[in-house]
Amino acid sequence: MKVLHTPLSREDARALRCGESCLITGTIYTARDAAHKRLCELAAKGEPLPFDIEGAIIYFVGPTPAKPGQVIGSAGPTTSYRMDAYSPALIALGQTGMIGKGKRGEAVVDAMRRYGAVYLGAIGGLGALLGKCVKKAEVIAYPDLGAEAVRRLEVENFPVVVVIDSEGNNLYELGRRAYLEQQ
Amino acid sequence: MREIQASDVTQTVRRLCVEANCRLPEDMRACIARSRDEEAWPIARDILDRIIENYEIADRDCVPICQDTGMACVFLEIGQDAHVNGDLAEAVHEGVRQGYADGYLRKSVVADPLRRVNTGDNTPAMIYYEIVPGDRLKITVAPKGFGSENMSRIAMLRPSDGEDGVKDFVVRCAEEAGPNPCPPIVIGVGIGGTFDRAALLAKKALMRPVDVRSDDPYYAAMEAELLARVNALGIGPQGFGGKTTALAVNILACPTHIAGLPVAVNINCHVTRHQSEVL
Repeated sequence: MKVLHTPLSREDARALRCGESCLITGTIYTARDAAHKRLCELAAKGEPLPFDIEGAIIYFVGPTPAKPGQVIGSAGPTTSYRMDAYSPALIALGQTGMIGKGKRGEAVVDAMRRYGAVYLGAIGGLGALLGKCVKKAEVIAYPDLGAEAVRRLEVENFPVVVVIDSEGNNLYELGRRAYLEQQ
Repeated sequence: MREIQASDVTQTVRRLCVEANCRLPEDMRACIARSRDEEAWPIARDILDRIIENYEIADRDCVPICQDTGMACVFLEIGQDAHVNGDLAEAVHEGVRQGYADGYLRKSVVADPLRRVNTGDNTPAMIYYEIVPGDRLKITVAPKGFGSENMSRIAMLRPSDGEDGVKDFVVRCAEEAGPNPCPPIVIGVGIGGTFDRAALLAKKALMRPVDVRSDDPYYAAMEAELLARVNALGIGPQGFGGKTTALAVNILACPTHIAGLPVAVNINCHVTRHQSEVL
């Protein structure tokens, strides 16, 4: 299985193909609705973001609190279309990877094609399992947002599949069609 | 008149919040395991294997199955001969407050839908009250994740749309939801009543175990037919293709107006959670 290291260059993002299974090892950042809104407000004002966006992979997740002895609680993906209003601006700034689940809008896919970015799917509802791939977690921005704060995560062998590649090929369409054709 | 202490309500809600979030009910486990054995598409089988592994880890380590530990939907069936000493609603909210804090569950509630400030303790609970015969109090806690809740729909159909109109609407909801609500899903359908009653019936339908069919043979047959139609869509687990798009379709119906045919579809993900206790 292909191993992805971070930061993910645009070239590496473009090399990924729809349907490929990968393991991510490295640093990724968490953000969901409320944090995306703030990040895009900063970007619109030309102010620096709380982390280096160039080659960044953003994981759409709001984890549960860590129990004593845990690095992080359960941490599976949230539904991505709610970030559609924000992702194109962040991709334009250098973001190359998104981890979530569910459909994306055409504007996001257009930005992925134009700049070279990839949409990775983690399995929704696998919070307990995926949380175990996180080896270090630190809130780096917006602690007032609680579960929605921006966290820097160090992950090891975090399993994802390429759902939409930088050419716009979409596993939700291709996977379903392939299944129906063999019936 | 039988007395029930509000503090007992709080303790019960507190415990049910944690249990519901960490332990998938037996009916769901059996259904997912059987679906895995009947699933021939390789990527779909792999995902179902991971789903099984995940709920087993959650149970063993007493951690949430999913990070979306939901809004706490609490159904109270209150016997008309029971009396609760104290503020019942506040007792429930306090149980949610304690359960979500002590159980390390996520606080996912904002105080206002537009101004969006997190309440910090996952309250208020969504409480549904029903007065029933007897002197007991049945409490059901059903944490509701919003990935699936957001894919729920309601339609005020015409009586002439009939059975086919209802069925097509349910299938269309599942198809349009696609990968978003974390399939395999459980589909709750409410038919009849008023606009709001249909929605409530759809939510209550999700409380029925997935291996129990409607006690009305007409609706039991419709549940089976709808499950087959949804699973012929090819969406599959997580939307990557496969047979297992839905685990069950549960229908509740009730009388309605001569001019109306309300139908509501409330979707749950594969982490369909609810725990009950009778006080």
